Amino acid sequence: MPKMTLSHFEASVLFALFVSVVLGVVTKRTDRDRLHYGIYTFVCFIVALVGLGWLMYLGHG
Amino acid sequence: MTKEKEKKQPLPPVADWAPALALSWLVPGGGHLLLKRTGRGLLLMASITLMFLCGLMMRGAMFQPETGDLLTTLINVGGFVGDVASGILYLLSQWLGYAQPDMAGAVHDYGTKFLVTAGLLNILAMVDTFEIAVRRKD
Repeated sequence: MPKMTLSHFEASVLFALFVSVVLGVVTKRTDRDRLHYGIYTFVCFIVALVGLGWLMYLGHG
Repeated sequence: MTKEKEKKQPLPPVADWAPALALSWLVPGGGHLLLKRTGRGLLLMASITLMFLCGLMMRGAMFQPETGDLLTTLINVGGFVGDVASGILYLLSQWLGYAQPDMAGAVHDYGTKFLVTAGLLNILAMVDTFEIAVRRKD
């Protein structure tokens, strides 16, 4: 099994992508809603990721 | 304005939904494929399997059902349930001898979380399979 070394950002984006796909598929009732919800969830993950990253950067001084 | 009360439908016989639910646990997305929701089944299968494989490639650790104080029990037993929920992916990794010790490091830690989350996402897929099988959802 090859070893995978990712940065925090890459691992978080990958995590967000997989979780968004599954949440989009299982939560809504039409394909259109599923697509919208999947994209919405992914964008929320990325906004939270960048926001928390900046918060830690600024908090660190 | 009248508000219609949703009548609770009786649950269909176990034989109608149990095979799909069992297959859904064993093979991520398999329950959807059995119920002829091919597109959704393939998406679930790809996402959950890739997430689990990424966890393995990041050398994440599998949880053991250890008990102790409340927090230790909660983390280890919860993590173990999350790992086992991946079905055949977990079973295969154990049969093929994957035994990564818990190590310090961000990548290993992400790997451990990927492995558990893949199982938890499969639980969501199982719930969805159940709802489709009992005709509460298309």
